[in-house]
Amino acid sequence: MTAVKELMSAPDPVAAIAAAVRSKQVTALEITEAYLARIAAHDGKLGCYYRVDTDGARALAKNLDEKIARGEEPGLLAGVPIGVKDLLVTSGVETTAGSKILEGWIPPYDGTVVAKLKVAGAILLGKLSMDEFAMGSSNETSAYGNVKNPWDRERVPGGSSGGSAAAVAAGLCAASIGTDTGGSIRQPASLTGTTGLKPTYGRVSRYGVIAFASSLDQVGPFARSAADAALVLRAISGHDPHDATSLPESVPDWSAESSDPKGLRIGVPAEYFEGLEASIAAPVNAALKVLEAAGATLVPVKLPHTRYGVAAYYIVATAECSSNLARYDGVRYGLRVPADSLGVMYKKTRAAGFGPEVKRRIMLGTYALRSGYYDAYYRKAQQVRTLVKRDFEEAFRHCDVIAGPTSPQVAFKLGEKTADPLSMYLSDIYTIPCNLAGLPGMSIPCGFAAPKDGGPQLPVGLQLLAAPLAEGQLFRAARALQQRTDFHTRRPPEFA
Amino acid sequence: MSITAKDRADFEAVIGLECHVQLQTTTKAFTTASAAFGGAPNSHVDPYTLALPGTLPVLSRAAVDCALKIGLATSCTIRRVSRFARKHYFYPDSPKGYQISQYDEPLCEGGTVEFPMPCKPGEKPELRSVRLTRIHMEEDAGKNTHVVGTPYSLVDFNRAGVALVEIVSEPDIRSAQEAVAYLRAIRQIVRYLGISDGNMDEGSLRADANVSVRPRGQAEYGTKAELKNMNSFKNIEAAIEYEIGRQIEQVKRGERVVQESRLWNVEKSISISMRSKEEAHDYRYFPEPDLPPLSVDEAWIADVQRGLPELPVAKRRRYVEVLGLTEYDAAVLTADQAIAAYFEAAQHEGAPPKLVANWLGSELLGRLNKEEKNIEQSPISALALAGLTKLVDDKTISGKMAKGVFDTMWATGKTARQIVDEEGLVQVTDSTAIEAACKAAVDANPKQAEAYRSGKATMLGFFVGQVMKATQGKANPELVNEILKKLLS
Repeated sequence: MTAVKELMSAPDPVAAIAAAVRSKQVTALEITEAYLARIAAHDGKLGCYYRVDTDGARALAKNLDEKIARGEEPGLLAGVPIGVKDLLVTSGVETTAGSKILEGWIPPYDGTVVAKLKVAGAILLGKLSMDEFAMGSSNETSAYGNVKNPWDRERVPGGSSGGSAAAVAAGLCAASIGTDTGGSIRQPASLTGTTGLKPTYGRVSRYGVIAFASSLDQVGPFARSAADAALVLRAISGHDPHDATSLPESVPDWSAESSDPKGLRIGVPAEYFEGLEASIAAPVNAALKVLEAAGATLVPVKLPHTRYGVAAYYIVATAECSSNLARYDGVRYGLRVPADSLGVMYKKTRAAGFGPEVKRRIMLGTYALRSGYYDAYYRKAQQVRTLVKRDFEEAFRHCDVIAGPTSPQVAFKLGEKTADPLSMYLSDIYTIPCNLAGLPGMSIPCGFAAPKDGGPQLPVGLQLLAAPLAEGQLFRAARALQQRTDFHTRRPPEFA
Repeated sequence: MSITAKDRADFEAVIGLECHVQLQTTTKAFTTASAAFGGAPNSHVDPYTLALPGTLPVLSRAAVDCALKIGLATSCTIRRVSRFARKHYFYPDSPKGYQISQYDEPLCEGGTVEFPMPCKPGEKPELRSVRLTRIHMEEDAGKNTHVVGTPYSLVDFNRAGVALVEIVSEPDIRSAQEAVAYLRAIRQIVRYLGISDGNMDEGSLRADANVSVRPRGQAEYGTKAELKNMNSFKNIEAAIEYEIGRQIEQVKRGERVVQESRLWNVEKSISISMRSKEEAHDYRYFPEPDLPPLSVDEAWIADVQRGLPELPVAKRRRYVEVLGLTEYDAAVLTADQAIAAYFEAAQHEGAPPKLVANWLGSELLGRLNKEEKNIEQSPISALALAGLTKLVDDKTISGKMAKGVFDTMWATGKTARQIVDEEGLVQVTDSTAIEAACKAAVDANPKQAEAYRSGKATMLGFFVGQVMKATQGKANPELVNEILKKLLS
């Protein structure tokens, strides 16, 4: 049993577990049972999981152990227990996207990421809490309750992949899967002290990922370390004929690439530091100094259109979501509120099924797409998007990665921002441009800061951005930092 | 609402058609579910067709091939990069709440459809040409069934997602008859191309009509109404005719025509207002983010172009200019590709084209029609008909004898040569023998001869009949006529 515990608290639990299971030091079932027990003991305090698929996890583990016993190749993530955001469709396991409108929906198919995880030998523990349809930055728009931040249970874990972030921070899975439309992996990673990566748009298939904003959505991993994130990303990446926007490029073995920061050019955009709180700026700058000391060079870069990013994003994302969510009409699956006429059935079903934030965004998006308004809103937003993309293209002529804060603040208190959606939207200012440009982005722990309203010290995230398909540069910078600092190995005291 | 001759003299109708053609691909436009017609309700569905959460569209290359074929066949300009768009509306037959279509960047633009207007046998058909605005790709909707006596409706998604092209014409059409002729031409082209069966009763071909009227001589168009729900050529003609009459009456009464959609009611033969412009849907079009722009390169276009069959316009022209057929015969023979193929097969056997055209057009098609058979079910093969016409052409048998042979061929399936040999049906062209028969007939009927000579010219037929009877129909009719006239003068 000690072997299992050691694996679970290893700095790179994914790599450690996969190696141990592959070499038959432990069985997948032993590891799985240990995580299931940990979830049973601790998740009541956090609410990370909507549902734990105990039977499914055990079945996968037994299956894998038999495979290993037969001498077959167990896969890259052999026996690695993983939690999946409830936005990903799982065959036979209820999938709700955090919404009442999908309550009780049992999908008949696995999405590509889920299928790839199974092929790689991962053990799927269950479905993780999230903001409803991934719309939110605090996990508070979930129809099934909040997730609490393991570092301070009065605070939010960030969102929309709050369950995925908190579960990794609290050790309720070895790694998890989230999705990132405007920062929904990186911001919660920052707020929970975990490593989270949003891949290049098209790197990971969106087939089987419930759509929020199709041109922005990407699936990515949460892990304890950049090295672990690289393994999970490799398992879920690659061209998928089911997704016409998936890229044809082959998947590199990032784990085998160098993590030497010597000669790495790190772009530092002034726009990401303007007006930034000193408590956040200090650990971010300290991390940059560590990399500089290790041989990287810091290069000032300009991203002048950053300030238009949030506005453009909330046009594009809401327009696409108003369209993507039109299918929840009570006709074929999910919630139906019966009524005497079709029109009333639609209205009652959607009124009862969607929460306030989702309704707000559907209305914004519907308005933006109205006949006669398209040019003023959607087209203009796409033009801004092009400008943001050009900013990055220009910047990446001078650097290999861009670094800055992930979030302008540490985790805030539950309920603090729910009455003020605009302030919630603005907290995504640093993460949004990356989605608009389709770039890979990552958040890694770089230190701690004391919140202004008191309480324990909270994690601060460093955001790294790279050119399209240059995830390798993110891993290089992140691994270099994690080899020289121990922030990523710190555990929330309650869940150590 | 019948339109008077004066109304027609005073007013002109302006008509544009939007025509949906279901493409005959194995799979649906954006998923691999079967696109076959029919089947038990909801048996041709998959997660995408039902718009299950997480599903994504993937464009079928076969559907693009079909769309390129119709685009090239109608001389459209093909956009090297076209785009898909979402068209939103809430209805149970629309599983996603939007239809994937093309909006401001369609695959095909411009183009024309040329076609002959129907006419009486022997007349020269008028040729018309209608310009196309665009042809774009989209997916079909499912089918709602409102079950009478129950509080619910049923939806069948078998058709949902099947690939369509929408062919939009310019307002170049001026009558209901021309609208139907245009649609028949579209059907003819898609059948030639093999991209659709074009069956209106199965919904493979559907059309909406935009109709307006204006006083003759006026340059501006009148306000248009959009006619929907017309599922046969007959209904389309009736609905447009009705609409033209309705609008002329309104204009004459000094009322304004309202821009609206109108549904054709088959039982009552009237159209009913469905919704006005003010109530029109806002489809909230925007580019489909799940699909990259569709790029079609020169090689792809060239490939499709090479695979195009000879199309009706070219075929008609060749039949007239090279084979010497009349415009009428050319139109009849090319109306259906199977008939054209039959004709060409006979002609390739060395049969004289005009003779084959005559026998095919007047005898065979008439007979097939009467027995409700199509050309593929003809008991007389193209080879066999070629044989018959060759015997007529080389004067082995007369046209009159050939009719009898044709009947026997139809009934027995024997070749013309077999029948001629078996029945000894060789035309007598020996003038001595014919002269003897003619003389005998004249001698035996002095009264009739007298009548002819005193001016009753029709009496000649009586003598021809006598001679043919005496020669068992084998005498060459031209010679018989000639000799009789000489003897009787």
